[in-house]
Amino acid sequence: MSGIRVLVGTRKGAFVLEADGKRQQWAVTGPHFAGWEVYHVKGSPADPNRLYASQTSSWAGQVIQRSNDGGKTWEAPGGGPTTSPQGFPMGESNKFVFDTTPETGKPLTTHQFYDGTQHPWEFKRVWHLEPSLSDPDTVYAGVEDAALFRSSDGGKSWQELAGLRGHGTGPKWQPGAGGMCLHTIILDPSDPGRIFIAISAAGAFRTDDAGKTWRPINRGLKSQYIPDPTAEVGHCVHHVAMHRSRPSVLFMQKHWDVMRSDDAGESWQEVSGNLPTDFGFVIDVHAHEPDTIYVVPIKSDGEHFPPEGKLRVYRSRSGGNEWGALTNGLPQRDCYVNVLRDAMAVDSLDSCGVYFGTTGGQVYASADAGDTWAPIVRDLPAVLSVEVQTLP
Amino acid sequence: MIRVVLPTHLRTLARIDGEVQLEIEGQVTQRSVLDALEARYPVLCGTIRHHVTKQRRPFMRFFACEQDLSLEPPDAPLPDAVASGAEPFLVIGAIAGG
Repeated sequence: MSGIRVLVGTRKGAFVLEADGKRQQWAVTGPHFAGWEVYHVKGSPADPNRLYASQTSSWAGQVIQRSNDGGKTWEAPGGGPTTSPQGFPMGESNKFVFDTTPETGKPLTTHQFYDGTQHPWEFKRVWHLEPSLSDPDTVYAGVEDAALFRSSDGGKSWQELAGLRGHGTGPKWQPGAGGMCLHTIILDPSDPGRIFIAISAAGAFRTDDAGKTWRPINRGLKSQYIPDPTAEVGHCVHHVAMHRSRPSVLFMQKHWDVMRSDDAGESWQEVSGNLPTDFGFVIDVHAHEPDTIYVVPIKSDGEHFPPEGKLRVYRSRSGGNEWGALTNGLPQRDCYVNVLRDAMAVDSLDSCGVYFGTTGGQVYASADAGDTWAPIVRDLPAVLSVEVQTLP
Repeated sequence: MIRVVLPTHLRTLARIDGEVQLEIEGQVTQRSVLDALEARYPVLCGTIRHHVTKQRRPFMRFFACEQDLSLEPPDAPLPDAVASGAEPFLVIGAIAGG
């Protein structure tokens, strides 16, 4: 029977939630890396037992962890726990150094800071890990301050794809409230050279040559709180989602506005429609219905909780504009949690499962595409990310 | 023998129980202690000081012999009591309380 593995990153460690295909009884393991912030955990599509985790701390910085057994054991890549005679890890997987070489790093200087002055790039943490679709040892990392790194040795060493920061608009990028982070990485399953990324607050970008060169893809976005609302860059994109069967169609939750592109980001149209508020963080697509999408509306950028204290997922079956509230099993009073940008995912069982985590520590699951919901766990630390693996 | 005490999270990361004991040839300084520590536990590279600049991370502090040595030059000799192993060199997470 198929199984489901939900990978949860929280403010105080990572958790692995597992169930069989019925998705009724869940086993919870963790916390892994207890006490550390785990921004993201994601499995390799090419080898579901290969997981990567971003373990981070304001005190001790960044560590990348890797599992080869589906999250039962972990190692800092670079040797593993058994390579040293004393049994300690030999890895140096936390070395993220911006490219400053004359050949490729020369243009990489400063970005705009909160106060409008220019500020040098400083590495802070990894927000998102995106394993290759075909090679378990290749993985991309989106980091703060915004940049894209790649490892082709299972997370042991990392190299910046410096063409992104170097393409010319970097001095206009600025941090959002959570920092200047590269939080979204989408690999096009139909074109190995095409990668989409998104940055708060710079916008969405695309490469068609596997990361050598990049360009902004923000035409159609309108952001009221930047000097030029339709500027080429500067938009606070919160998340982007794609259905693998239709990689030229993208859905975006921007700071305000839910957007859609039908031409791989060349242009965007607003599809917020009848949402009660078009502010939010997450957006995702049904596993089998490319026009069925999900968002969790949040009241505003100043009030990061659901409108009216009602936690509602909104689903559109028409690719946007027409939305319906999904409330069955979700708290409909006195709920003031947030759902952060990487904290929603879907499984690919016949009846698509949808999962999301909250800053209140709940992870909710729906085994019927959102019609009904139940918490898998209620009392984890604040949830930063949720990913799902559908296991054979 | 130099004794080093690490904060809990770094001990967990490096799978260390208790104090670390290091043999250091030559002068005992912040730099030589951290060089030896990172050589033995590469996973700690970048967690106490920057990978490239070797600057102390802002939230990491160095104490020994009831003194705050965080702002001392990295090549300044550590107190004799640390060099002799009588007192440990403490790596502390700032705002750690206690």
